Amino acid sequence: MNIILSNTSGVPIYEQIAEQIRTLIISGQLEPETPLPSMRLLAKELRVSLITTKRAYEELERGGYIRTVTGKGSFVSGLDNSLIRTEQLRLIEEQLHAVVQRARLNGLSCTELQQMLAQLYKEEP
Amino acid sequence: MKNAIEIKNLTKRFDKFTLDNISFSLPTGSVMGLIGENGAGKSTTIKLLLGLLHTDSGTVSMLGMDAKTQTLDIKRHLGVVSEVTAHPLNYRAQDIGYVLRAAYPRWDESQFQQYLKLFCIDPTKMCKDLSKGMRMKLSIACALCHDAKLLILDEPTSGLDPVVRDEVLDILRDFMQDEQHSILISSHITSDLEKIADYITFLHDGKVVFSQSILAIQENYGVLRCSHETIQDFAAGTIYAKRQDQFGCEVLVDPRRLPAGMTAESASIEQIMLFLTRYPVARPQGGF
Repeated sequence: MNIILSNTSGVPIYEQIAEQIRTLIISGQLEPETPLPSMRLLAKELRVSLITTKRAYEELERGGYIRTVTGKGSFVSGLDNSLIRTEQLRLIEEQLHAVVQRARLNGLSCTELQQMLAQLYKEEP
Repeated sequence: MKNAIEIKNLTKRFDKFTLDNISFSLPTGSVMGLIGENGAGKSTTIKLLLGLLHTDSGTVSMLGMDAKTQTLDIKRHLGVVSEVTAHPLNYRAQDIGYVLRAAYPRWDESQFQQYLKLFCIDPTKMCKDLSKGMRMKLSIACALCHDAKLLILDEPTSGLDPVVRDEVLDILRDFMQDEQHSILISSHITSDLEKIADYITFLHDGKVVFSQSILAIQENYGVLRCSHETIQDFAAGTIYAKRQDQFGCEVLVDPRRLPAGMTAESASIEQIMLFLTRYPVARPQGGF
């Protein structure tokens, strides 16, 4: 499991940690029920304060990605994937919305946009 | 036990300086950095915690025990490291245990010898011949070998080179793997605190300016460089501190109160400390 932090990106460190773990979970690299490193170990290894990793885990928990069992640690949640799916669909919609806005601004028709999308979908693995 | 340290309305008066009614608490399992310029009251606070000075008023409890009545019980679980290391100079490093064993019933000699190895301290060297960095690591080793639950560190990294400072931080991170452990650390090297502290307590002129989690601080403070005209439009209470020059000004602000569309850069602890100490805009009642 790789977590690469950047101090210059302007994104809060806890958000970077949460986002990268989220990506690992959604892509299936972290399977349901996989134990996550303890917050203390993660803080030590990433050389950040404990409160930062705690906040990252709280975010993940709130999004339904992980669950924390007192005394046992945190695990990738396997129970409710629909929550994660909803969240992901919302994100896709949000980004598409931005694309549509930009397309309108540049006078691109819906058909042209669809063609572009179809092309991209084919190209990228 | 919720808090490893609880200070309530602590006051100590000297002729020319008063530590004035300070209160803060360090939650168990976390690290707190104590910052402030020289003479702000950091060392006085630590001395009061350790019982090296008598309090005029207020209460201090550590590890759930009252600092006045249960001093000995507290000190058994307390590891202290100060800037001035005080080892018997003519002892070899490996023999320090002979002295400390008498003071601490739970002194763990084999652990101590392990730390000497781990920290690469030459055990046969006299304490007086050790370098400053080595002496600091020796002090920390001593603080860790009697089952301490709370470490109080006064300027542990000042005067040390970046490599040793990083090693010291690693040692502290290891100590914090136990969730019953807590650390209070005073330091001028705020970049070190940024790497390890969960909470920052900022003292100025004998008073607590703020005692907040590092995440709250990141949300509460930002730095912005802009023209004199721009800040005229800011809502009241946006600007905490302002530094002006001929070509513009730099302000410490509450990023959440900025006019829409404006963003501030995140402020480092050093910037916050400098701004609030040197260029404060009239401080609101009840601090920041």
